[in-house]
Amino acid sequence: MTEFQAAAAMGKRVQGRALVAKDGFSARYDLDRINGVFSRPEHKLAGQSYVGQILVLDAAKGGVATAWMLHEMSARGVMPAALVLNSINPIMVQGAALADFTMMSGFQVDITAVVPNGALVEVDPESDPPCLRILPLRSTPPNPDTHHG
Amino acid sequence: MRLNADEIAMLAGHAGPARQWAINHQMRVGRYLGAADFVPVSQAHIMADTESLGVAGVEWLERLAALPDNARCVRIPTITDPRGTDFAAAARLKQQDWMLALERRAITAFQSLGVLMTDTCINYQTIMPAVRGEHMAYGDTGVVIYANSVLGARSNFEGGPSALAAGLTGRTPRYGYHLPEKRRATLLLRIEFTPRELHDWGALGGIIGRYASDYWQVPALVGIDRIPTSDEMKHFGAALASYGSVALFHMVGITPEAERLADIADPSLTPTATITEPDLRTFQDAYRRRVDKVDVVVFSTPQLSLLELRDLAGMLDGRRTTVPLLVVTSPQVKPDADRLGITARIEATGAMVLSGMCFYQSYAREMAEANDWQSLATNSAKLVNILGGYGYRPALLSMQACVDAACAGRISA
Repeated sequence: MTEFQAAAAMGKRVQGRALVAKDGFSARYDLDRINGVFSRPEHKLAGQSYVGQILVLDAAKGGVATAWMLHEMSARGVMPAALVLNSINPIMVQGAALADFTMMSGFQVDITAVVPNGALVEVDPESDPPCLRILPLRSTPPNPDTHHG
Repeated sequence: MRLNADEIAMLAGHAGPARQWAINHQMRVGRYLGAADFVPVSQAHIMADTESLGVAGVEWLERLAALPDNARCVRIPTITDPRGTDFAAAARLKQQDWMLALERRAITAFQSLGVLMTDTCINYQTIMPAVRGEHMAYGDTGVVIYANSVLGARSNFEGGPSALAAGLTGRTPRYGYHLPEKRRATLLLRIEFTPRELHDWGALGGIIGRYASDYWQVPALVGIDRIPTSDEMKHFGAALASYGSVALFHMVGITPEAERLADIADPSLTPTATITEPDLRTFQDAYRRRVDKVDVVVFSTPQLSLLELRDLAGMLDGRRTTVPLLVVTSPQVKPDADRLGITARIEATGAMVLSGMCFYQSYAREMAEANDWQSLATNSAKLVNILGGYGYRPALLSMQACVDAACAGRISA
């Protein structure tokens, strides 16, 4: 099992499939929040569903709307399982705090380069220091919404 | 985080549940971002259009608004970013009744919390500009970057919940751009072409935003050869914040903290890139070549100043639009535009002057579907950057080229 320590994290421990891209994240700019897919044509995940996935992306982008939108997405259940970023901005932190959403950021390595797309991962904000673990593959994928702790 | 007696009392619930939620929320954010303590702020500015809030967000506000008077009202002047509609024009925009009903509920809740419904993203031009060194809790990226960079104020991006929390507590966690050491340049760009028109300033902001890559980068520009106007700074900053999530820039010899490069940069900082006029044209052409026929032309994002409206009226005089032309300004500017006859000159061409909303914050996807809008022309780089995700094909043009497109229904070669 490979483990990457993060500078900061919040929320609950969660397991799921990693959806990985060296690209940014903004709920307003990048998502069709009704249908749960990346919608900005230039985004590397354009057309892909983010629902229940652990998003492993490069940097928080865009404006301030994400601070409300994570809460709104959570209320409708059309939501990633967690967000893992190399670099956050305050908006992501504020939004995650309001929505009680799992988020992690700040690694010694480019996290998008070391987590394979589709890998089974665990995001553990409760460990000290917080860390992301790449888990052994199982024969059947876990329920991406499964929360532990 | 170190707390003073007032903060400890709020945390204990002695100032009511709204302030208890607020200080708790701020502490979670502050701990994540390394704040040692709080800093008092003199204003808060809340972004809270109902497309972002959703039903869940409005219900959340209504729960706060239902608290007793002394427990729910903000402690410092707290104002709002644009709303999701101009009620007077909603039917023409084909916005739906449920959107308006949700907006009305949000407005009622905010008013109960003591929030001033200014509905503007250009409060630095219209309400009360910040003063150098003044700490704020501003919530609109364009407002934050302008206040930090052009005015020398101190604010981070404060999303709606955090700006409201700052209004309730009168403070914000001291991290990021509240700290002098975080305001030094991390990226140096040499500018060989000083933009002439607003869409050029937006393109320059977009290009530098792509270099900057994240919130913690502070670009410094050398080579701008004249003092930009407030509207030029507005478009530049809005685009830089949009493309790069950047909250502070310096223009050496122009912005208040950067009289000399040495004031804001270490000697070891060398230019990352030189930006030329062809770079700006390449940036603009990448959008332009996707669009020929236009369905709608939009001036918005940020809201237009009185001087932009005057320029636009001059370009439109004696002409007739053939596709919808939407012109968005603030509730503070609109009465002046009405009084001076500018609104009438613009609307005589078939265009609409809208107040208190912003195009992308007004259910842009639903408006596109209801009106069959796909191709859009604008002089706002920020709007171009946002609308791709809403299903539009946007083109970034000069104000004059946008006017021509609105009259011809297509972009001139």
